[in-house]
Amino acid sequence: MEEEFRGGRPQLFDFITNGRDWSDKGGYGAAEEKSLELRLGLPGGEDWSAVQEKREHPAESAVSPGHIAKIPKSTNMSASSGAKRGCSDAVDSKPEGTLADKPTAAAPVVGWPPIRSFRKNLAGTAKASAESPNRRSEAEKKLENDRKGLFVKINMDGIPIGRKVDLKAYDSYEKLSLAVDELFRGLLMAAQMDLLAATTHSTKETHVISGLLDRSGEYTLVYEDDEGDKMLVGDVPWDMFVSTAKRLRVLKSSDLCASPLSPGEIGRRTNDS
Amino acid sequence: MVRGFGWAAAFPDEVWEHVFSFLAADADRNAVALVCRAWHRIERRSRRRVFVGNCYAVAPAAAVRRFPEVRAAAIKGKPHFADFNLVPTDWGGGAEAWVEAMAEGWPHLEELRLKRMVVSDDCLELIARSFKNFGVLSLVSCDGFSTAGLAAIAANCRNLRELDLHENEVEDNCLNWISHFPESFTSLVSLNITCLEGDVNTSVLECLISRCPNLRTLRLNHAMPLEKLVSLLQRAPQLVDLGTSKFSADHHPELFFKLESTFAGFKHLKSLSGIWEAGPAYLPAIYSVCESLTSLNLCYATIQSPELLKLVSRCKNLQRLWVMDLIEDNGLIAVAASCKLLQELRVFPSDPYGVQPPISLTEHGLVAISAGCLMLHSVLYFCRQMTNAALLTIANNRPNLTCFRLCIIEPHTPDYISQEPLDAGFSAIVKSCKDLRRLSLSGLLTDRVFKSIGASANRLEMLSVAFAGDSDAGLHYILSGCKNLRKLEIRDCPFGDKALLDNASKLETMRSLWMSSCSVTLGACRQLALKMPRLNVEVIDERRGRPLESWPDDFPVEKLYIYRTVAGPRSDTPPCVWTV
Repeated sequence: MEEEFRGGRPQLFDFITNGRDWSDKGGYGAAEEKSLELRLGLPGGEDWSAVQEKREHPAESAVSPGHIAKIPKSTNMSASSGAKRGCSDAVDSKPEGTLADKPTAAAPVVGWPPIRSFRKNLAGTAKASAESPNRRSEAEKKLENDRKGLFVKINMDGIPIGRKVDLKAYDSYEKLSLAVDELFRGLLMAAQMDLLAATTHSTKETHVISGLLDRSGEYTLVYEDDEGDKMLVGDVPWDMFVSTAKRLRVLKSSDLCASPLSPGEIGRRTNDS
Repeated sequence: MVRGFGWAAAFPDEVWEHVFSFLAADADRNAVALVCRAWHRIERRSRRRVFVGNCYAVAPAAAVRRFPEVRAAAIKGKPHFADFNLVPTDWGGGAEAWVEAMAEGWPHLEELRLKRMVVSDDCLELIARSFKNFGVLSLVSCDGFSTAGLAAIAANCRNLRELDLHENEVEDNCLNWISHFPESFTSLVSLNITCLEGDVNTSVLECLISRCPNLRTLRLNHAMPLEKLVSLLQRAPQLVDLGTSKFSADHHPELFFKLESTFAGFKHLKSLSGIWEAGPAYLPAIYSVCESLTSLNLCYATIQSPELLKLVSRCKNLQRLWVMDLIEDNGLIAVAASCKLLQELRVFPSDPYGVQPPISLTEHGLVAISAGCLMLHSVLYFCRQMTNAALLTIANNRPNLTCFRLCIIEPHTPDYISQEPLDAGFSAIVKSCKDLRRLSLSGLLTDRVFKSIGASANRLEMLSVAFAGDSDAGLHYILSGCKNLRKLEIRDCPFGDKALLDNASKLETMRSLWMSSCSVTLGACRQLALKMPRLNVEVIDERRGRPLESWPDDFPVEKLYIYRTVAGPRSDTPPCVWTV
């Protein structure tokens, strides 16, 4: 399923290289004239078999989904356009690959399926009822909780554009930090260097924003909890983090001590857990 | 004075004004205004309602100047895809310019409806202060304001009848904003606060409800405990439309009986929503109203299939049903058997990312509904599998569909039996449903389907396309056909420059076109903008490092939003948006 999902995301840059193919075909010429007629025959009719043939030889057609699906994983330019891309790539690119083995693999493409983020947030606040415990197993209850999305805003120092992430789409700090890298990498690179240079570089599939959790990198991930306190991400158990985080922020590690993040607060939190 | 209308010119303006007052549709009034100068003048002076589908299509001051006597205004801002997080948060759609112009030119404004706009607290305060007889404020999918702004509305709008807050992002910094409604305030007819996150002070709300005898609609957020909900509702037995808060509590038989008798006391209830966190224990309390309901919205209610089935099969007069896919095929089959008046069905996914074992909600449920519910005309259906045969059956069963939005969650999913694209199925829908106004496509689709849509969907007004088509021809079919198309939104399709440029003049007849992750180049946008001066061609790119002006023609455009306008390029674009 994952392979197909990956294939499902057309790549801007692929289209550009293929762009010549279909414009050279001369647009809607005589060959296409016939296909402009409306037909509603069932599969198997003349027209449909033509389509079928096209699908079976995707290299000849311009940009059929099948074509894209056949691009081998290794040539996938997965760093091309930061925000739009789903996080499954980030999961894939993790060397040990253990995370991708879990059934949670297909992290969302932004905006797909088309469900209002507002709706998901609301559903997220409505926790599954604890009534009739004899009828529902713990697993079922967990299942219901897991179904809901939980979107929080995320901003990054030096990047004017905010994002939203669905905390329920991840199940560990590692996945979250990979997703944050994925969300802001493109923006950050664009901000740092000439954009064209950035897109060339991005094919290298490096993690630009790393060490978010252990304070070893240039940036550190912090969050605002339900009491409005700023906390370091990674200090409390994941579930507790998900249930209390209201907003995320990627801060420059060098600015961290200057921000109003007191070790006392963090300590209190950790002790509570 | 009016050539060819000699007899008409003899009538005083007031007569025509009265005649025009019978024209309810905006399109009809627009047509009247084009007949002659006199009618244009009379129509513009007598227009009481305006609808602006795109806040950037006309300058606020120009709209206010043309229609000086407006009482009700509805304005929409951001593109529809903003709902799905595809539009940058700072894109625009600010309400200030409009509210300022209205405050100046329409002192008698009574009704304001804003959708997908950024509404600041200052805006709300300006609204609260500017319009003497203000009665209706509806904010849908808006953000930028807080409960402090709502407090200003509550405190100053003495004649407020309707406050409708639907799916807005509201900051909660004035905990007790409801207490700002004055003691003498009694005019409320409709209050919808489902989108507020924080607790609402129950005793203050109780007082408000007790002193508003005309209250018909009350939709609460999830926060209120069930015991408090009961005592609140006992004060408003006249409600017609109720959205409950959370519907669960520890089991108390006494509470159940109170709840049950409260619901039994609703003699006029037609619409029920909310039912947050519903557990099986309290659901039977609402059985008594089921038969009178015409609208039931359970799209936030995590009720499992057996309970849901018991509930829904009692609602024999339902016209509208919104549920989660937890209803499953069996539940929909029961609906098809018992809800013969159903007109609108929406089924939302409980697990959009497919982490959990799949729910048994398939094409069978929708086919059953299409066979059993003869009045059905609007469908939104999220599922994981579909067949051409099912779509053909639905098309044959329900040629009266006006809205068909099918979302097969996994992109590029073919007919799971034949492995064919779903072209034939969707083609059957557009061919059979002559009155189709809105269509959303999903699943594996080739250019074939767009050929059918272009040729058959003559009344289609809004089309959403994702992960479909295999060449530029797909877009060409849509734009060269679909005579009545107003809004087209496309994402992740291999549609590009040629189709766009070949059909440039079509774009001027439409309200807007959104394309993201398609194959459009900056050069085509430049040509289009040059060719069509009345279109705003806006390129949205959040990765930009240097001004878009300096990019080469072959640069791929990440997101493109094109709309017609008589106001020229907008002046409030953020750095990530560039008007070509």
